[in-house]
Amino acid sequence: MKADTNEQALLKGLANNDSKAIETIYKDNFNTIQAFILNNNGSYDDARDIFQEAMIALYEKAQSESFVLTCQIKTYVYSICRRLWLKRLQQLGRYSNQVDSLEETIPVEEDLENHEKRNAAFAIMDRAMNSLGEPCKSLLEGYYLKKMGMQELAREFGYTNADNAKNQKYKCLMRLKKLFFTQYNIGE
Amino acid sequence: MDDILLLEAIERYLSGDMSAEERTYFETLRKNTPEIDQMVVEHNMFLHQMDMYSAHRNLKHGLHEAHQHLLDRGDINEGGDISTRGKVIQLWNKYKRVTAIAASVGGVIALFISGLVMYFAPSVNGNQLQQLSNDIAVIKKNQQVQGNLINEVKSKLPEGVRFVSGGSGFLIDPKGFIITNAHVLKGSGAIVVNNKGKEFNADIVHIDQDKDLAILKVTDKEFIPRKSLPYGIRKSASDLGEEIYTLGYPRNEIVYGMGYLSARSGFDGDSLSYQLQMSANPGNSGAPVLNKNGEIIGVLSTRQSSAEGVVFAVKSKNIFGLVDSFRKSDTAEKIKLPSKSSIKGTQRKQQIAEVEECVFYVKAFAK
Repeated sequence: MKADTNEQALLKGLANNDSKAIETIYKDNFNTIQAFILNNNGSYDDARDIFQEAMIALYEKAQSESFVLTCQIKTYVYSICRRLWLKRLQQLGRYSNQVDSLEETIPVEEDLENHEKRNAAFAIMDRAMNSLGEPCKSLLEGYYLKKMGMQELAREFGYTNADNAKNQKYKCLMRLKKLFFTQYNIGE
Repeated sequence: MDDILLLEAIERYLSGDMSAEERTYFETLRKNTPEIDQMVVEHNMFLHQMDMYSAHRNLKHGLHEAHQHLLDRGDINEGGDISTRGKVIQLWNKYKRVTAIAASVGGVIALFISGLVMYFAPSVNGNQLQQLSNDIAVIKKNQQVQGNLINEVKSKLPEGVRFVSGGSGFLIDPKGFIITNAHVLKGSGAIVVNNKGKEFNADIVHIDQDKDLAILKVTDKEFIPRKSLPYGIRKSASDLGEEIYTLGYPRNEIVYGMGYLSARSGFDGDSLSYQLQMSANPGNSGAPVLNKNGEIIGVLSTRQSSAEGVVFAVKSKNIFGLVDSFRKSDTAEKIKLPSKSSIKGTQRKQQIAEVEECVFYVKAFAK
C-alpha cells in the first residue's frame, strides 16, 4: 500500500506544479515511453513531445477534484502516450500495425478528449496573447499570470501612475478578450 | 472610464476582494442589470481560461526544465544530444592535460606489460592466434570446415614439410586403422598423436570426398595395437533427442563436449549426416560422436557458421560403407569394425577414460 500513497503524493505534487514531483514522475516513466516511441517509427523529439503531452494530461486529471487514481501512474502515462502516438502516426500517414503492446493499458479516450479541448483553448489563448504585441502582452502577463499589483506594473513599465497603467491594461484586456472569444467561439 | 471601473469592480468581486457591504451592493446591481450580470459571467470564464493558460504554461516550462535536468544528469538519454556533447567538449578542454599525461603513462605501462607477457608466456599463444586468423578465411563458406592450421614442431615429420591442417580421428580397428574427415587431410601425408602426446607415423589408405571420410593406417613400429576397442559403431539410425558426447582435439589437449541429436538430417537436408546441438571448434573435425551406451553414432564434421552450437556429424552407417569400398579396393588389409560397446552401462567418466585412448590428434602435412 505504500507505493499507492507514494503515487498519490506525487500526483498531489504534480497538481501543485512541484518541480521535485515532476522530475520524479518524469524520471520513472520517460525511458519506457521513449523506447516505445523509438520502436514504433518515432524520433527522440517525438518521444519528448508525446511524453510531455501525457504529463500535461496527467496534470489536468490530477487537478480535477473528482480525480481518483484507479491505476498506477505508469499505466496511465503509457496508455495516454500509446493513444497519442497512434493518433499522430495515423495523421502522418505512417500508421503501422506493429505497435507493440506488452504493457497493460487502460481506456483513456474520455480523458484525452477533455485534454484536447483544453489544448485547443490553450493554443487559442497563446495565439491571442502573441498577436497582442508589446507592451500589451507583458502587461497582461504581469497582471494575470504573475499576479503583480497595478502599482508594481506601473513602475516596471514606466507609467507615471497606476491609473494610467490600469487604463492601458483595460484596453489590452479588451483586445485580448475579443481575440480570444472570436476564436474560442468558432472552436465551439 | 466607467467601463474601466466596472471591470475593476468585477475583478475584485470575482477574486473576493470586496468588503461585505460592497459585495451586497454589487450583487443587487448584478441582479438588476442583466448586462453586468453577463459581463461577470463572461469575465469569470475568461479569468478561468487565463488561469488554466498560466498553469499550463508553467507546467510546460517545468517539464522542459525537468527534461533538461535529467538529460544533464544522464538519467535519460537521447542518443548523443547536442547539450551532452557540449558538456563532453567542456570536460575535455578542462582535463586535456591530465588526460594526455594519464594516457601516456598508461601507454608506457601497457607496452611494458605486453613486453613481459610476450617474454614469459608459452609460445602456444601464437599458435592460437594463427588458428583464429585461419578461421576468418574459412568463414566465407556457410558451412565451416573445422580443420585448423598448426605450427611446425619438431616431430616425426619428414624434413622440409609443413603442417597444413589438424583435426581429430579415432580407431575403428585395434590394429591401427583410424577414421577421420577427408577435409582434415588437406596435405600429402599425416601423423597422429595420442592423448599422451606421443606421435605416430600414419598412411592415408582411403579417402571418400563425398562422404567426407578417410581411413588412416598407423604404420609406426612404436604403436602398440590394442586388444579391443571400448566402443561399438552403430549401424542403425539414432533417435532424435538422444544425448551424445564427443572427444576431440580443438587444441593440443583432448577436450570433452556434450549435447543432443537435434535433427535426422544435416545442413540443407543432407541425409548423410545428423544435426547436433553442442559446441564444437576447429579441430573437432573427425572426432567420434557417442551416445550414452558408448556407441559411435557419427563423425563430427562441420558446423554452421551463421548459427551458434549447430554442428553436423557424418552418420556412423557411412563408416560401414567406407570400409566396404576400402575392402574392395585393397584386399590385403582387413578391417574389422567393432560392433559391440563394452562400456555400456558404465559411468561417463569411465567411458571417457577408455575412449580417450582411442582418439587421436590428426596432423596433416604437405611438402
